[in-house]
Amino acid sequence: MAVILETYSLSKSYFKKSALAGIDLKLESGRILGLMGPNGSGKTTLLKILAGLLKQSAGAYTVAGETDSNRIKGLVSFLPDRNTLYPWMTAADAIAFYADFFEDFDRAKANDMLSFMKLEPTHRVKAMSKGMIEKLNLTLAFSRRAKLFLLDEPLGGVDPVARERIVSTIIKTWTEDSAIIISTHLVNDVEQIFNDVAFIDEGKLILSGDAEALRTERGKSIDKLYLDIFEDR
Amino acid sequence: MNEFDTNIPIYLQIMNSIKQHIVAGQLKPGDKLASVREQAEAFSVNPNTVQRAYQELEREGVSETRRGTGSFIAEKANLIPDLAAQMAHEVIRKCIEGMRALGFTDAQIVTEVERALEHSRTAQNSGGTH
Repeated sequence: MAVILETYSLSKSYFKKSALAGIDLKLESGRILGLMGPNGSGKTTLLKILAGLLKQSAGAYTVAGETDSNRIKGLVSFLPDRNTLYPWMTAADAIAFYADFFEDFDRAKANDMLSFMKLEPTHRVKAMSKGMIEKLNLTLAFSRRAKLFLLDEPLGGVDPVARERIVSTIIKTWTEDSAIIISTHLVNDVEQIFNDVAFIDEGKLILSGDAEALRTERGKSIDKLYLDIFEDR
Repeated sequence: MNEFDTNIPIYLQIMNSIKQHIVAGQLKPGDKLASVREQAEAFSVNPNTVQRAYQELEREGVSETRRGTGSFIAEKANLIPDLAAQMAHEVIRKCIEGMRALGFTDAQIVTEVERALEHSRTAQNSGGTH
């Protein structure tokens, strides 16, 4: 198995305030990592650095062995935690927009996924519900032939039916030669698709490992483990 | 969506589900198991987890991989009785553990099991409405 992502003491601070304090992570191909932590723990900051949208203050990372940040951008597909599409766009416009931006964008896959998500190409973003916008953004993020997919809160504010669609899309999109990081605090809804979990708090990695090994070792679900760890903090 | 008890490793639950299907006759020796991806989608779990379950089943001799064609239920004469015995043993072990935790002695456990059997027999005879 190839290593898709490796980070070395990745840190980010805003003036004196530290947002990430030395994150060391390693993710192999074919794995799905659940990145969990309370609001403000540094999840989005970490994902934005990996996506090349923020520059780290210290530390380094590689994606599929690549260190050049411009080339890394071509290997990483990022689903932001809020909608970034223009309201006037239709779903078809959004697909064309992404296809123009990304060389590795697969239009056929995007159209397939759109119909699986039960979205109409003529549907406008401004007339879409929160769940529909999330599904459209996920379609766009997953239609790239990327090595690393970063999904920031893909289930936030989405109803249970849409949530199930999203989870099954994640499983369908899974390939042996890419890796996926999903940040969430809706642990219970997705923990069964995680291979690896990483708990992060105040910019630090406080626990990480194989999800099944943690279940065996602790005799409890990742969801309960999350509550145990963060309840008293 | 969450049909698994996430307190227990999921691959073990997938293995048990497949074994149950074999014992119940829904999967027969020589039958092909669903591909890792199909099974993952059906269970809504990570494909690696299904892969792990398949590997363990193979290690236990329940299934075998034929190169390039997938995983098949092993064609062994005593596969079904062996699995049935193994699973029955597990169910009984849990029952005994639970009864002991309630403070029952071994003799009392036997009495309770006999009484429960008797009760379920009469319930069945009266049409199962009781």
